[in-house]
Amino acid sequence: MTGADVLLLALGAVAVGSGVLVVTTDQLVRAGLYLVVCLGAIAGLYLVLTAELVAWVQVLIYVGAVVVLLLFAVMLTRAPIGRSPDLNRPGLPAVLIGGGAGLGLAVLFADAFRFTKVDLPSPGNAEAIGTELFRSWVLPFEVLSVLLLAALVGAIIVSRPDIGSRP
Amino acid sequence: MRPVIPYVVAALLFGAGVYGVLRRRNAVLVLMAVELMLNAVNLILVTADTTVRGTLPHGGQVFALFVIVLAAAEVGVGLAIVLQLYRLRSSVAVDTVRLDAAPASELDEPRLVRE
Repeated sequence: MTGADVLLLALGAVAVGSGVLVVTTDQLVRAGLYLVVCLGAIAGLYLVLTAELVAWVQVLIYVGAVVVLLLFAVMLTRAPIGRSPDLNRPGLPAVLIGGGAGLGLAVLFADAFRFTKVDLPSPGNAEAIGTELFRSWVLPFEVLSVLLLAALVGAIIVSRPDIGSRP
Repeated sequence: MRPVIPYVVAALLFGAGVYGVLRRRNAVLVLMAVELMLNAVNLILVTADTTVRGTLPHGGQVFALFVIVLAAAEVGVGLAIVLQLYRLRSSVAVDTVRLDAAPASELDEPRLVRE
């Protein structure tokens, strides 16, 4: 057990624990706040895995933007503050499929990797990622910008009843 | 560093996300569970990037960045749909949306006058 292993275990426990709380809690706003904890722990995992650019993008976009959007949606749909008894559907199929997928994948990974050790590469790779992004992945990058524009226009049209979806 | 730890964490997060998508009635909570699943996939991509040496260096991290951008777009459009659903039905429970019914504009829409 090296220091990186201990950090990975601790952050992973925080991520899985708060992730389970996101899908089991009775209170809508708390689900959003547990999601912040979970995404922050995953950003910490990225840092330990020496993916520092991905970690900071995760903090900026997920914790900064996506969670704020989700909390806006919680407020705009007039969600009650406090416990909501009607958030869940019958649980047995969800437990079967979700638990089966999670535990099955976990067993698969554990069996595939056992306790092999890997040396972490040296940290500080924002420049390397940028070079790779604009050398090998330029076309997907540009296509992604077009997709973002399309999503923006689509969101505006869907959310304005006077210009969208009416004949 | 033992790569089995982040892989198993990602698998369990994915399971939690699947559970949430199937279990929750509120559409916003379903979107949160989808975010959990996307993050599990991202964690697998980044872990594979650090543990496997491919022909293109750092392909996994570049893919993780792409997935983050896709998730942002998905949340934007998804929330627009959820808000429109709330405006039409005053509810965001996903299991009360009748997929076989006529369009909502012909059923119950007191605010918008049809010509």
